[in-house]
Amino acid sequence: MTQRYDAVVIGAGIVGAACARECAQAGMRTAIIEQGTIGGGATAAGMGHIVVMDDSPAQLALTRYSQLLWSDLASQLPPSAEYETCGTLWVAADEEEMAEVLRKQELYRSAGVPVEVLDQAQLREAEPNLRPGLAGALLIQSDAVLYPSAAALHLLNQAIEQGADLCAGAHVLHCGNGSLQLSDGTTFAADRIINAAGALAGALTPGLQIRKRKGHLVITDRYPGFVRHQLVELGYLKSAHSVSGDSVAFNVQPRKTGQILIGSSRQYDEESPGIESRILTAMLDRVGQYMPGIAELSAIRSWTGFRAATPDKLPLIGPDERDPTLFLATGHEGLGITTSLATARLLADHFRGAAPAIPLDPYLPSRFAAEAAHA
Amino acid sequence: MPETISLTVNGNRITVPSGATVAVAMMSASAPCRVSVSGKPRGPLCGMGICFECRAVIDGVPHRRTCQILCEPGMDVCTQ
Ligand SMILES: Cc1cc2nc3c(=O)[nH]c(=O)nc-3n(C[C@H](O)[C@H](O)[C@H](O)COP(=O)(O)OP(=O)(O)OC[C@H]3O[C@@H](n4cnc5c(N)ncnc54)[C@H](O)[C@@H]3O)c2cc1C
Ligand code: FES
Repeated sequence: MTQRYDAVVIGAGIVGAACARECAQAGMRTAIIEQGTIGGGATAAGMGHIVVMDDSPAQLALTRYSQLLWSDLASQLPPSAEYETCGTLWVAADEEEMAEVLRKQELYRSAGVPVEVLDQAQLREAEPNLRPGLAGALLIQSDAVLYPSAAALHLLNQAIEQGADLCAGAHVLHCGNGSLQLSDGTTFAADRIINAAGALAGALTPGLQIRKRKGHLVITDRYPGFVRHQLVELGYLKSAHSVSGDSVAFNVQPRKTGQILIGSSRQYDEESPGIESRILTAMLDRVGQYMPGIAELSAIRSWTGFRAATPDKLPLIGPDERDPTLFLATGHEGLGITTSLATARLLADHFRGAAPAIPLDPYLPSRFAAEAAHA
Repeated sequence: MPETISLTVNGNRITVPSGATVAVAMMSASAPCRVSVSGKPRGPLCGMGICFECRAVIDGVPHRRTCQILCEPGMDVCTQ
């Protein structure tokens, strides 16, 4: 038996759930297919930092747009989503990084993001558990944190309330040219297929320029007030954006429960999900350099996850030019929690033929096809 | 070794037999070890260091497993 839909979304991570919600809200007959747990992929592994990032103008536009969508949605989120506007402090270790703070300040200001520069004394007052002697920080007040899996479940429930069908427990074997075959024998016909399968998107749509980028995280027991903002070292810019090699960075997050989420690491070409003590030790050493007292806290769990990384650090959003029924919503690397809502809205606007709030061009999958043709 | 030890639990001075664990001291003072995220009082469950239900603040250090720690004179124990 074949079921017919206007739109079928593959994957109920935070991106797929957001897409199903937008499609259903736009009045499309929508289904969403998830092989495992709702929000159980990269979404369950992620830190849940809603962060405006300025690596490129297109990244700044997308993250800012999406952060604003989250703050609009915040009042409707259930308590389990643990949404909190704690702000981000980009920590500068020395004067050289302080110069970077001033450069970033201008960029954020030009995008209309409220910012504040903290000097050495103000940073100490804001975060007494950071080691003394750090040069200062850039405070982005509007950044937030949330619990990604609970947020994904909420988005999915909203999609279902709007009439979307959830097909859980089966995986998509093949998709394309308006049809999908599932492992349980069902077939779907769809005007639009949205591949939101995260780091696994390439298994369904060959030729995508996505590499897995592994990350480790650790969570502590509850220590309310020990950390007050999401703290990220500015040196992170050097490590996170290098395209090759393993890297670790100081990145800690206060959870609403008082727990502290500790990150982060980045590794290409590591397929096994196991915890690697070499990476974990390097990560915790780095964290200890910024926050020595953290070594006294008790950690209760550690895990890993895979980001879906593209060569230019921007996601793939929009039509796949090889198949008029196929659309992509993947490749969000370390920002998919943040950019899920904007991704879904941009796609829905594209389907409706409505003018998007920000240009879609920088995220179109065809940018890589064009590159390949010129090479 | 003295037969009894006195310590404070949530600011109240109490006396326990020497050799008692902090979990025992808290129970005899009717003090919960900790309060859960949803606001419920919690106390010892396994009594052997694996369930982490009995955590409390001992001498200012949070998340100590009270079932594994013996009372010492002058200890300051608080519900977490
Ligand atoms: C360690 C770490 C920290 C991170 N921190 C942050 C952060 O602080 N802020 C932020 O914004 N982002 C962060 N990220 C990134 C973020 O987690 C991801 O970008 C985001 O979760 C991607 O969501 P997704 O829905 O695209 O993918 P996923 O959550 O992986 O969802 C894809 C879903 O598709 C399903 N699926 C795949 N193939 C099939 C198939 N054939 N049939 C049926 N179902 C299928 C999978 O089961 C899965 O549930 C972090 C990532 C990691 C790894
Ligand atoms: S009672 Fe179980 S760990 Fe103490």
